[in-house]
Amino acid sequence: MDGTGGGAYLRIRHLTKKFGDFVALRDVSLDVHEGEFVCFLGPSGCGKTTLLRAIAGLDIQTVGTIHQAGVDISSLPPSERDFGIVFQSYALFPNLTVARNVGYGLESQKMARAEIDKRVSELLGLVDLDDQRDKYPAQLSGGQQQRVALARALATSPGLLLLDEPLSALDAKVRVHLRQEIKQLQEKIGVTTIMVTHDQEEALAMADRIVVMNQGFIEQISTPNDVYAKPVSPFVAEFIGTTNFIDGVMTADGRISAAGVTIEAGGDNTAFTAGDKVTICVRPEDVLVTETADGRNGSFEVTVSDVEFLGSFHRCHVTPTRGNGTGFMADLSANHARNLRLEEGRTLNVLLPPAFVRVYASGETE
Amino acid sequence: MTDSAATTTAPASAPTIKPKVSSEDWIMRAVLVGIALYLIVSILLPLYAILSKSFKDVDGAFVGVANYAKFFSTPALFWSIQNSLTVTLICCVIVVPVAFLYAYALTRTCMPFKGFFKGVALIPILMPSLLPAIALVYLFGNQGLIKSWLFGYEIYGPIGIVMGESFYVFPHVLTILLISMANSDARLYEASTALGASRIKTFFTVTLPSVRYGLVSAFFVCFTLVITDFGVPKVVGGKYNVLATDIYKQVIGRQDFEMGAVVSMVLLLPAVLAFAADRVVQRKQVALLSARAVPFQPQRNPATDGLMFAFCGVVGFILISILGVAAFASFAKFWPYDLSLVLNHYNFDLMDGGGWDSYFNSIELAAWTAVIGTALVFTGAYLVEKSNGFLAGRAGLQLLCMVPMAVPGLVLGLAYVFFFNAPGNPLGFLYHTMPILVICTVTHFYTVAHLTAVTALKQMDAEFEAVSASLKVPFYRTFFRITVPVCLPAILDISMYLFVNAMTTVSAVVFLYSPDTSLASVAILNMDDAGDIAPAAAMGMMIVITAAAVRLLHAILTRGILARTQAWRKR
Ligand SMILES: Nc1ncnc2c1ncn2[C@@H]1O[C@H](COP(=O)(O)OP(=O)(O)OP(=O)(O)O)[C@@H](O)[C@H]1O
Ligand SMILES: [Mg+2]
Repeated sequence: MDGTGGGAYLRIRHLTKKFGDFVALRDVSLDVHEGEFVCFLGPSGCGKTTLLRAIAGLDIQTVGTIHQAGVDISSLPPSERDFGIVFQSYALFPNLTVARNVGYGLESQKMARAEIDKRVSELLGLVDLDDQRDKYPAQLSGGQQQRVALARALATSPGLLLLDEPLSALDAKVRVHLRQEIKQLQEKIGVTTIMVTHDQEEALAMADRIVVMNQGFIEQISTPNDVYAKPVSPFVAEFIGTTNFIDGVMTADGRISAAGVTIEAGGDNTAFTAGDKVTICVRPEDVLVTETADGRNGSFEVTVSDVEFLGSFHRCHVTPTRGNGTGFMADLSANHARNLRLEEGRTLNVLLPPAFVRVYASGETE
Repeated sequence: MTDSAATTTAPASAPTIKPKVSSEDWIMRAVLVGIALYLIVSILLPLYAILSKSFKDVDGAFVGVANYAKFFSTPALFWSIQNSLTVTLICCVIVVPVAFLYAYALTRTCMPFKGFFKGVALIPILMPSLLPAIALVYLFGNQGLIKSWLFGYEIYGPIGIVMGESFYVFPHVLTILLISMANSDARLYEASTALGASRIKTFFTVTLPSVRYGLVSAFFVCFTLVITDFGVPKVVGGKYNVLATDIYKQVIGRQDFEMGAVVSMVLLLPAVLAFAADRVVQRKQVALLSARAVPFQPQRNPATDGLMFAFCGVVGFILISILGVAAFASFAKFWPYDLSLVLNHYNFDLMDGGGWDSYFNSIELAAWTAVIGTALVFTGAYLVEKSNGFLAGRAGLQLLCMVPMAVPGLVLGLAYVFFFNAPGNPLGFLYHTMPILVICTVTHFYTVAHLTAVTALKQMDAEFEAVSASLKVPFYRTFFRITVPVCLPAILDISMYLFVNAMTTVSAVVFLYSPDTSLASVAILNMDDAGDIAPAAAMGMMIVITAAAVRLLHAILTRGILARTQAWRKR
């Protein structure tokens, strides 16, 4: 159609979804490849669930097309699509045992009883719940319920697995554990999977690719590494991890004057001309802090105005000594902080490595 | 967005996606339309028939507002409006505060025997409203036991109506107040106590405001029930005419159907207004409830608890006495001269009114109403709540389901006469049969049953249907395997409600029975009319016993089901 990934398993083009006057999805286009694990990530209300429900046919888009395995499913009802789904609430049938929940989709497939039992056992083994098969959902823990829902969704061997915040109802420990389990299971079965989450850690840990969404738009589609290291917009930089935003002005030699000092930025910034107002982003952990300049190019002197102890590292707020008063954050490992005798009021030397400094047109930050 | 991130832009006029309607959706829509048609035929068309009748003369010629002009120029007729409003408002002023205190005692104090008092308060629900009126006659009538207590005033008239109606509507008003009190948030009380507010102050600053919508709603329900009730004024109204009895008199006594239609329209108006106002208030109350409200746990307070116990004791005593008098009178040989107990009055076959047959007809009617009504109501509510798309159809059915509540039984019954008995109506064959009684009763009590079903369905996970669709399980399979079992307690509630109401109702069916389909409640009316008041009381007791038995059966069934399914219901 337009060159992007002709072999995509799921091809979404120009999806727009309106609820009355409110536009929940704006011209969303996206490819998901066979066997891929994709996460929709974004703040609350950005349209993640809406997009997932459109893919499932539960709330069909206003405009736009969806192809799955080469078939146009844009207007098909859920019952005529090929997917398994796990909701945030799990929606387990309370009056059926675990085994019957898992086998629910098989029973109407004219499968022999024995065959169903076999498949159910297999699935329960897969999610490690063999011993719970005769319990009711209400008798299970949240994590176990979640796995039952997963097994039920996989029972009919769907081509696409949709997960809407499957882990958000669980407590932190269980969440981290299940995160790995789901990921391993997905790799083992190889089912194409889309998971909605607003937890960046979850997305970074699980996804092959992350779709970052904001107010109905897709901001960026990249691998977890790239989303983190090369955010295409201040929104993405801000949403994932922690970032310093420093306002500045482009100078004639391609460097940026910000916070009263001159900063060099890597990457291609030819889109900007001298005098343009820009915002530079640099992650606190990428800021190099040393005791003295050591003759490094582009480094400058700062005063430490505040130190926060955050467990495995220290986050200090620094202000360029000969700057305009604007400060930023730098993260130091505990070890490094000790060596530098980090404390409030101390004067240190800082370098913003050009490779980690990204420049955006000013005003893109919310 | 920066343009670098944009892929190809959308075609200028991309077509709007038209969701494909699956065959299952078509089935659901067809059933939904079917139920909507049922309601149109069973309520809208009859209402239209009675409305148009009120603008016609005996020969069916259109006469504009002539009938209304006649109504308003006949003092005997339009005074009924004032009479109706007077007794109704007096009832509201008495019942709402009494029920409020009763509900307060049940929910906010540590008074003893709460379960007993809750049960006692339900006594009136088991009776046709004719029966408490008959009991009043035995107490305060010309030969009444305690006639002197009225200081020479007569029970026949406004006094009797107010007393009888107060008894009859008490449980309905109480139920609404109990719900609204049970829903209030304990955290407000903690806050109030923590701030050092006294009990009295807490009552006025926390309790009252939190139940204000419940109070308003209780008022409207009381108003509607009293102004549309026919049983009490029929028995103890005497010469004091109210709208409900006027309709009956015009139609049955004077055969003036047109004037019956006019009075019906006049009665319909306040009922509809009260209903509409109540819906508005109910909606607000729902919004007021926060999902995280903490249930209130009352604290011991000997003074308050004791006072409330005394109050509930008095109210409970009155409720039990009325039932007791009716029961006693049904066995007393010759009130008040020979009070030895005999079973003579239960020998209904010796009296006019249809004999025992009418009792069994009532059972038959109630059973059919419960079975057909429950199936219809639950299916309708399911389709309104859980089907896909077809928003207009679902909203339309929801609206239709609300109409019956606004229509007084007498108006509905008379409307059926005009509609089904009209020459040329292909449904005319139903007239004077058991099916028309069933249709009328199902429709009469449709709204409350529907709302019960909707509440139960709303409590189910919204995604069961989506999960089933993704698993390619047909919706009807999930309906029978999941929805119905999970909602079984509510389904039992609905069928019990329909059964008991079908047993006790008089107003809607009084115009529709035939000699072959006479009903127990109608028999009470006719025996009372004929002066056979003891047999009337006896027939009333038969209804009470039956209704009580059904309630008991319902309680046992519900408990059994909850016990058996406890493994998956607890949470
Ligand atoms: N049925 C609906 N009618 C009207 N607006 C809706 C409807 N469903 C969603 N929206 C709106 O669309 C927007 C996107 O909703 P969506 O549920 O997709 O958000 P989300 O990204 O999943 O958020 P969360 O992380 O909170 O689940 C929200 O602003 C929401 O209010
Ligand atoms: Mg969501």
